[in-house]
Amino acid sequence: MSAITLTDVSRSFGQIRVLQDIDLDIRDGELIVFVGPSGCGKSTLLRLIAGLDRPTSGSIAIDGRDVTKVAAADRGLAMVFQSYALYPHMSVRQNLAFGLENARMPRAEIDARIAEAARMLEIAPYLERRPGQLSGGQRQRVAIGRAIVRNPTAFLLDEPLSNLDAELRISTRAELAALHERLAATMIYVTHDQIEAMTLADRIVVLRAGRIEQVGTPLELYNRPANLFVAGFIGAPRMNFLPGRIAGSADGRSTVELGGAGTMLVEKVEAAAGDHVTLGVRPHHLRLLPAGGGVAAEVTLVEALGSETILHARTPDRQSLLAVLAGQQEVAAGETIHLEFDPGTLHLFDSSGLRLQPLQRDSGAR
Amino acid sequence: MSRATEFLLRRRGGERWHWTDVFTWFWLAGGLVLMFGPALWLVNSSFKTPAALAEFPPTILPYVTAQATVEGYDRPLPLYEVAGEDGRPRVLAEVRRIGIVAQMVDPQEPGETIRVNIRDRTPKRSVSFATDNYVEPFVAFDFLLYLRNSVFVTVMATLITLITNSMAAFALSKYNFTGRSAVMLLIIATLMVPLSVILVPLYSVISAMGLFNSLWGVILPTVATPTGVFLLRQYMLTIPDELIDAARMDKASEWQIYWRIILPLTAPALAVLAIFSVVWRWNDFLWPLIVLSRKEVYTLQVGLNTYAGELNVQWHFILAMTVVTMIPVVLVFIFLQRFITTGIAGTGLK
Repeated sequence: MSAITLTDVSRSFGQIRVLQDIDLDIRDGELIVFVGPSGCGKSTLLRLIAGLDRPTSGSIAIDGRDVTKVAAADRGLAMVFQSYALYPHMSVRQNLAFGLENARMPRAEIDARIAEAARMLEIAPYLERRPGQLSGGQRQRVAIGRAIVRNPTAFLLDEPLSNLDAELRISTRAELAALHERLAATMIYVTHDQIEAMTLADRIVVLRAGRIEQVGTPLELYNRPANLFVAGFIGAPRMNFLPGRIAGSADGRSTVELGGAGTMLVEKVEAAAGDHVTLGVRPHHLRLLPAGGGVAAEVTLVEALGSETILHARTPDRQSLLAVLAGQQEVAAGETIHLEFDPGTLHLFDSSGLRLQPLQRDSGAR
Repeated sequence: MSRATEFLLRRRGGERWHWTDVFTWFWLAGGLVLMFGPALWLVNSSFKTPAALAEFPPTILPYVTAQATVEGYDRPLPLYEVAGEDGRPRVLAEVRRIGIVAQMVDPQEPGETIRVNIRDRTPKRSVSFATDNYVEPFVAFDFLLYLRNSVFVTVMATLITLITNSMAAFALSKYNFTGRSAVMLLIIATLMVPLSVILVPLYSVISAMGLFNSLWGVILPTVATPTGVFLLRQYMLTIPDELIDAARMDKASEWQIYWRIILPLTAPALAVLAIFSVVWRWNDFLWPLIVLSRKEVYTLQVGLNTYAGELNVQWHFILAMTVVTMIPVVLVFIFLQRFITTGIAGTGLK
């Protein structure tokens, strides 16, 4: 059992405020992912939870018990570090045993736990080797094994896949998901890779500059990003943004002027005529119109991948657009194309970057 | 042999000798002579008798003049080769020398004294090693006692140096506290204070603590070395902090982090400091000379000093015992030089 609650947590290093007013409830058994660009404070937040660092203000509770001032060792958490932080001078077995020995666990129990973890992670053949004699993937398993043998209330993982090559990363990601399933333990996972976040998370916490931008399930974040930052961060390739202006509203619809690229009718949003807005649309939601209409753009680059075609284009007012079209398209650079999209797939953001909610029905339900 | 020649005469490439080849060759050969000449001279001289040491011009190898006991003379007489009247060389013993004339006798016929111009005789000499220089101090002097004292001082001082310096380095590299840099600077600054400046106050302290004439009085003032702290700290800075975080998560106490994580990982730097410390403590002379005034507690270097009296310096013993005292240091260097090069490279001192 381990629900972790952060209340008003802030952390400053001197004048620099690294984390500000973090409020977060992490449910028991949940795999929650902290994601954000580098320097957003996600690793600091993890260290605060781990107890390796103390918040400047605010409190942290595990299962209702305030642990803000409790030492790292006594919080019952285990951490997997980005560099794995295996003790280089100890064998794999000693690495796994170190924490248990410090907890004064009987030898037989230590051996049983190591055997169990080694079986689960398939590291039994390397137990007598030193970390230096292991490959990256094997080290990664040992690092996870060191966390597992502790039988912690929650696992904290700090970019555990960032040192693996692309192929290994995908398979290890799947293994981590399976491990979470099997252990049913709370896991807090830090990454800057939004694909890892999307594939692994029960819920994602998007952080920027020390603040939580949005918390939600991966699809919530994808379908209903709360602001421009989340919209741009979640989803690959990145969402297209076009500046626009509300021309007027009538019959439950608003008209948006898109610079020189035409006008759009969208469901009525809470914005007055003349307001500047940003219109967001994902590259996958763009379709090619055979004739005129829609958004006109000049193709600058065509990337034909066979199964899909990626078009880099520029609107007349020099906004770049990216479109991912299914199949193979007969388009060449320099041509002018017309792109359209379902108004239901549109995201509108006001001038301060916040999402504009349609007034009538939920446009996020797709 | 041919491969050795080939190695020694290796050139920059090309058929002919480039001037840099010649320069390099002479530079290195000169360096070799400069480095090993004195050591070789010391070793050779340590096998000379006092007479051979006083000889001018000096010889590189230890020669002794052959002697013979001749009937009718109490002391053995030195032998010389003299060209006889018939041209054949004869071996004669010199009884005494008056001006440029030597009075000599034939060892076979001691009755007759022969006068020989000293220019016509050459000493009959052969290479001979005076091993007594080595044997006598072991037998007649307290060499073994001094050796034991020196070993005790070196081992204890090195152990304490390693432990205290690594603790200081650990704190200064892995803990963040206000004034950390100031403390480090202060420690480094003490490098600028030479022993002679603090000799008198240090003496008062040691004396007040009752450590005068005790080996601990030699050991304790030397164990805190700024060089050691600096060397170890720079090395420890390269140990990732994540390892310490991992150990904290593993419920390790601060002592365990130091003892079980940091110390084993600092082994290369510790080896370097150990080598330095052994050499420093073994060769220490001035401070032990001041603290130790009873013969029973003399270290080797101080003990050696007793061979240099006010009126008479027993060079042959000093030289021989210097060679003996050099042996441990040389051995340490031969076997641990691998650590010195890799360790120094790793400590960032380069």
